[in-house]
Amino acid sequence: MSDARSHILQRLRAVGRAEESELARPVASHPWSREEKLQRFTECMSAVRADVHLTNEREWCNDLQQILMTKGARNLVYAPATPHGQILQSGLSSGDIELIPYDQEIEQWKSRLFDETDASITSCHGAIAETGSLILWPDETEPRLLSLVPPVHCVLLQADQIYSTFAEAVENQGWAEDIPTNALLISGPSKSADIAQVLAYGVHGPKSLVVLVLR
Amino acid sequence: MSGEFHDGVVKALSNEALRGHLRRAMDSLIEKRLAVFPDSDELESLRHRCMGIRANALSKLPDLLVHLEARCEEQGIRVHWAETTAEANSIVLEILRSHRVERLVKGKSMVSEEMGLNHALEAEGIECLESDLGEFIIQLAGETPSHIVMPALHKSKQEIAELFHEKFPDIPYSDDVDELTAVARGILREKFMQADAGLSGVNFLVAETGTLCLVENEGNGRMSTTVPPLHIAVTGIEKVVERLTDVPPLLSLLTRSATGQPITTYFNMINGPRQPGEKDGPQEVHLVLLDNGRSRIFADEELQATLRCIRCGACINHCPVYTRLGGHAYGTVYPGPIGSILEPQKEGLERLGELAEASTLCGACGEVCPVRIPIPKLLNRLRWEGVRHDGSGETAGQGKRRKQSQALAWKGWSTLASHPALYRTAVKSASRFRRLLPQQLGPWTHVRKAPEIAEKPLRELAEEEGFSHE
Amino acid sequence: MRLLQREGLRVIFPRNQTCCGQPAYNGGYRDEARRVAAAQLDLFPQSYPIVVPSGSCAGMMKHHYPDLFAGTPWQVQANDVADRVWELTGFLTEVLDLQLKDLGEPVRVAMHTSCSARREMGVANAAEALLGQLQGVELVEQDHKSECCGFGGTFAVKQPEISAAMVGDKTESLRRTGAELVTSQDCGCLMNIGGAFEKQGDGPKTCHIAELLWERTRER
Repeated sequence: MSDARSHILQRLRAVGRAEESELARPVASHPWSREEKLQRFTECMSAVRADVHLTNEREWCNDLQQILMTKGARNLVYAPATPHGQILQSGLSSGDIELIPYDQEIEQWKSRLFDETDASITSCHGAIAETGSLILWPDETEPRLLSLVPPVHCVLLQADQIYSTFAEAVENQGWAEDIPTNALLISGPSKSADIAQVLAYGVHGPKSLVVLVLR
Repeated sequence: MSGEFHDGVVKALSNEALRGHLRRAMDSLIEKRLAVFPDSDELESLRHRCMGIRANALSKLPDLLVHLEARCEEQGIRVHWAETTAEANSIVLEILRSHRVERLVKGKSMVSEEMGLNHALEAEGIECLESDLGEFIIQLAGETPSHIVMPALHKSKQEIAELFHEKFPDIPYSDDVDELTAVARGILREKFMQADAGLSGVNFLVAETGTLCLVENEGNGRMSTTVPPLHIAVTGIEKVVERLTDVPPLLSLLTRSATGQPITTYFNMINGPRQPGEKDGPQEVHLVLLDNGRSRIFADEELQATLRCIRCGACINHCPVYTRLGGHAYGTVYPGPIGSILEPQKEGLERLGELAEASTLCGACGEVCPVRIPIPKLLNRLRWEGVRHDGSGETAGQGKRRKQSQALAWKGWSTLASHPALYRTAVKSASRFRRLLPQQLGPWTHVRKAPEIAEKPLRELAEEEGFSHE
Repeated sequence: MRLLQREGLRVIFPRNQTCCGQPAYNGGYRDEARRVAAAQLDLFPQSYPIVVPSGSCAGMMKHHYPDLFAGTPWQVQANDVADRVWELTGFLTEVLDLQLKDLGEPVRVAMHTSCSARREMGVANAAEALLGQLQGVELVEQDHKSECCGFGGTFAVKQPEISAAMVGDKTESLRRTGAELVTSQDCGCLMNIGGAFEKQGDGPKTCHIAELLWERTRER
């Protein structure tokens, strides 16, 4: 194995190459105002059938409850150690929606997560206006599969955390210095056009993506 | 190969349904791409930038690979190197065996196709399930991908409906795309849960941060790399870029060039296995770096551009030859223009050099390539490599396509055309005796009439009209 | 040549010209191509523009000569020739800014811009601009206009089946426009498309754009 490594590197190093000159690395951006960014983000999300709801710190819990009921969700998986998790525990008034905490390792409850959950909620690490993307940095409090397994994924987004471009987010948030174990861009519900180029939603991941924008 | 490729061509061309289907698919992909590049200046400056990013990475390739390896290992990703596909397969097999893996679920990976991984693992009794919807379909059908981005592109909705009905007789027949998708979702969710390991490819490797980037729409890539306790990624050594800031422009150009999407549903950046306290993610992550001829391609300054490729498939979508044939006729892992420069170099000109000749050099591929690989120029270069006999250069199978009769004919032609007096006599005789020339010119005249030779050569006409000729 | 002369240019037709070398170059026989191409380099000693009435020959001389002669004694001369090469329709529009007065009968024309003219020489719109000046010409557009006709030089011989499928589709598209005449700036495409139309029996006539422009604008 280490033989392969040295052979490959040896072959690559045998090739003399002039150093490429340093590339100019402009950070792509747009001169968008906060409102324009929100508008662009909403348009892009809607184009891929994600639902964007404008709400605020006071009302999001009620709005979420309404949305879940319209979608027929009977339960909601959440991360109990997050600030929004705390709010949900006291704020979700209806007994119709069962709160399921993601508080154990996946191996302990894989089949329940896959087979019995209807919806999930996560926070996010900001969003990107240009492409209509949410940035998620899953961690020990908010696991990775929260945003992937339940059929409906709801996301809380602070309106002032929308960046114009991915490049701008990478730069401003200092990703290169402090990159998490897993970083994700999510731009709509799961989809595929592998059958006869016809777009179908909800292939493996969520069939529905709901963004609650907090203003 | 020659006979094989020819058989594939004849078979593909005689399939009317396939030809209509391919034409519609390619037209729609071309149209979608066009729609997401409304500003051609922006497109050209982005192409220029991305070409620079990839060229820069290649210029530092050995150093970047070493750096990447160090960063990955720091974060707990185990890095393996393989010179050949056989080596890569045995590395994967060994990892799987040490974890007693029986069931492997796969995200889409062209490098694993290159390795013939499924066969290698199945021979050892390991179940290998493709989870990308298109790959799942062709695995069911026992076929290979016909396109690098849309592997089941050659199949119509009805064909897929019949295939599902045949393979899953308990589920009622349907040719509704949503229903077919739901069937696959149901089956594959079970498999994600049960799998002992997940395998994926990689779209970009970032040396600076030790990051594995995966681009996808379905979520199967995330499932395969998150749910099972073990994740193995396989990729080519050329996929590395220097910095994280290189990724946004490449991603933008990749998805827009490939399917006309501003971005895919998921962009997944992996920096390590599950950390203490985390509740999911694989316990172990392995990265297998495959050479398989790439370092040989790397050695030639001009042909090295082949390695800039980010596998978007735009060249394929715009290729008039691929549009007529589809992917299977090529008989290679990578079809279309990129395949026609990559495969002959990987597998040798002796076997696959013909692919470089199966192009009109129309330039449509080079025009859309997001990293500006001069594909027509490289095709031409490989034609030369195929017949040159000076014994220099790195390309495998150099000179193996040289045929004595052909070489003599070109030699004769060049003698004629480099001696004007001789040439004039020949042209003149062709004009004088044009009625005596054959009207059947091999395959040319199967669909065309033989060209008529003018009564007088242009030079004579020009002289008669008094045009100066000094 | 008549057209250029009418515009007040002195046209020189070097009698020793043979071939640009493209067939061998695209066949991979670079030494043979270089031998033939080298014989052309001396034919253009003065700094006049070199106008080539065929996109692919122009592309060969402009873009491939510098590569073909790189590192040889002809390098400087080849680069000088390459710099002066113009494809005919590009020359007529960009340099001459040619103004045309149509004297011909009304006719429906479809234009096939060759791949080399379109992509190598970057003159995708020049021919259409010229045809647009002709009042009697109704320019019709075929579907998949920018797609190759399937000629590709030796390709048509080495991959006859694929080439036949491509020219079959191309003639079908052209036929659907109802054009009476198909024109192009490239002799290779015209030989391919025209030959296929003739074999099919009926179909539009084909003629080179230079001939079309001359025939429709000349005083009789």
